[in-house]
Amino acid sequence: MADTSQAIGWLGVPLAIIAGTMRGGTPFLFVSLGECLTEKSGKINLGLEGTLLTGAMAAYAVSYLTNSPWLGVLAAGFAGAALGAIHGWLSQQPRVNDVAVGIAMIIFGSGVAFFFGKPFIQPKAPQLPTINLGEWSDFPALQAALQISPLFLIGLAIAPIMAWFFRSTRWGLFIRAVGDSPEAARAMGVSIFNVRMFSVIAGSFLAGIGGAALSLYYPGLWTERISSGQGLMAVALVIFARWNPIMCLWASLLFGGAQALGPALQSIGIKEGYYLFNAAPYVLTLLIMIFTCSPKRTLSGVPGALGTDS
Amino acid sequence: MSRKRILNVSRRQVIRGILATSAFGLTAKLGTACSPAGSGGTDAAAEGGASGGEPLTIGFIYVGPKDDYGYNQAHAEGAAGTASKFSWVKLVEEANVPETTAVAESMRSMIDIDGAKAIFPTSFGYFDPHILKLAEEYPDVQFFHAGGLYQEGKTPKNVGSYFGYIDEAQYIAGIVAALTSKSGKLGFVAAKPIPQVLRNVNSYTLGARSVRPDATTQVLFTGNWAEPIKEAEATNSMVDQGIDVVTCHVDSPKVVMETAEKRGIFCTGYHANQAALAPKGYLTGAEWDWTNIYSKIAEEIYAGKSLQAGTIDHILRGGLSDGFCKVSDYGPAVSAEAKAAADEAKAKLMDGSLVIYSGEVKDNKGGTVVSASEKLEQKDPKLEQMDYLVDGVLGSVGG
Repeated sequence: MADTSQAIGWLGVPLAIIAGTMRGGTPFLFVSLGECLTEKSGKINLGLEGTLLTGAMAAYAVSYLTNSPWLGVLAAGFAGAALGAIHGWLSQQPRVNDVAVGIAMIIFGSGVAFFFGKPFIQPKAPQLPTINLGEWSDFPALQAALQISPLFLIGLAIAPIMAWFFRSTRWGLFIRAVGDSPEAARAMGVSIFNVRMFSVIAGSFLAGIGGAALSLYYPGLWTERISSGQGLMAVALVIFARWNPIMCLWASLLFGGAQALGPALQSIGIKEGYYLFNAAPYVLTLLIMIFTCSPKRTLSGVPGALGTDS
Repeated sequence: MSRKRILNVSRRQVIRGILATSAFGLTAKLGTACSPAGSGGTDAAAEGGASGGEPLTIGFIYVGPKDDYGYNQAHAEGAAGTASKFSWVKLVEEANVPETTAVAESMRSMIDIDGAKAIFPTSFGYFDPHILKLAEEYPDVQFFHAGGLYQEGKTPKNVGSYFGYIDEAQYIAGIVAALTSKSGKLGFVAAKPIPQVLRNVNSYTLGARSVRPDATTQVLFTGNWAEPIKEAEATNSMVDQGIDVVTCHVDSPKVVMETAEKRGIFCTGYHANQAALAPKGYLTGAEWDWTNIYSKIAEEIYAGKSLQAGTIDHILRGGLSDGFCKVSDYGPAVSAEAKAAADEAKAKLMDGSLVIYSGEVKDNKGGTVVSASEKLEQKDPKLEQMDYLVDGVLGSVGG
């Protein structure tokens, strides 16, 4: 069984980081792209942590019940969209604060996921197939690292498409207009309510698929602690990525890779400071925030109406 | 307009204030109890006035879900086993109870509403201060805590502590692992460097080195009891380093077992039997056997014995021979030679002729932790304060 396995020593660290970017970065990618879309329209959806959990649970449950992981992915998307619809409608009521609704949605989403997820903790659901890019190599370690999820590739494709969508399409313009200057959008004859509703629902759909990546790809199971705060981190990641889908992609890869750093360093015998390495993603965020901040202007790229009541 | 203003605060400000307060309250609750699915009290079967003695209500509290293939499942199986053994046991359970004042509330309602006479809060962190406080408040109720340290004279009389020396089972798993491994490199995914975890790592390694002196165990700490992604990363990194048998001490070993199976290496389980998760690579595992212990305690309480009167021991400890733990059935990959070596060690542990920590034992920094003349029996308090890793473990306890 272990005939071909060989120790690869310190090379394991870069390998783990590269593999981590693709394995661990996928949920970040989907959630941050979803949040990017939502925030471009001027609303914040903090509830994506709950959406992620609901998506993970729905994907796992449907995949187990129907034996089709792709149906699970679809179910995760729609479960996410359903939560998004609640958030989109509620947060647009007069004098309702979207941050507060988002926090309520985190709890509601995780509650729904835990409630319906109870019977699915034990069973083993069929997993998404992987695309093995490492076939040419003799190293089992490399082969394992290059088992790429099709979801990752889809996410990889969505990022530039979304960037193009915002920049060059009429619909993208509507969303940006609603997000930057709702009055102007209203003058254009665009329904603010509908545009925001669409953005929140579509964003939550993506976040739900992010959940499917957790439960059907990596680590590939359903437990109640599977998201461990990734949904919230992805919201921060959008700010860090300056509301730019392409930057979201890089930021997600960075966070995914940073997650793998702690275990990989320990396994090659760097024994001290594993708590510090485990905190790497957060330290990284702080550092980049500090280096890119400026006292002279507010954050560049922030949608004008974000966080206001308009 | 004065009607609309109360104390010079506009209605909008009042609503905002309420919103902010509730948002804060919800977030404060977030990390802990966002599960409406805690199955509190649902399992209480109505069993009024059975002929003979009165039914005995026993409460069980778990820190996680009851079917996590891990620590909580082991306890829940024990509770269910006890209830099905004796018709006079009325079970009250609550899962997903965090180690906060929430557990005090759970215990209180089990006592006040369900009438529980004995409570088993199974998570380590429930002990101090929650159990200690409740025990003083309800001197007639008996509290049995898994793992807590009972101190004569200091801890209330109605608190007892029970735990098993599952490291004996880990020792045997280590033997099987070392004799199955091709590279002689074993891996251990651990949560935190606390004595109970270190003891398992050390016993596993000592077991492995008793049959294969060149075997090593790479230990890797994830930092918390449930970190699915880190556990998967840890397992993957170990496989990349040529390790071909992994085991773990985390709340739910599911991730580690499934990742090991995916990567085509062997694994040995912990807490409960995980053979179903890794049909090819599962060698054996260290399992709890709480049904045995819980039924014993239940019978004693039913017979009128109590902690307060001193007729039930305050400290219940035991290993394989006392039925606190057991070794999983061997998987298909285990050779006859490994089975024989493991069975031999098991027999010796059962009859007490094998003491795991008998000198000389060195730590992995070269110092002697158990001198040549010393023999630390399982009940030795020195072992409960373990803060070292034995020779052959690659890793360090320092964070």
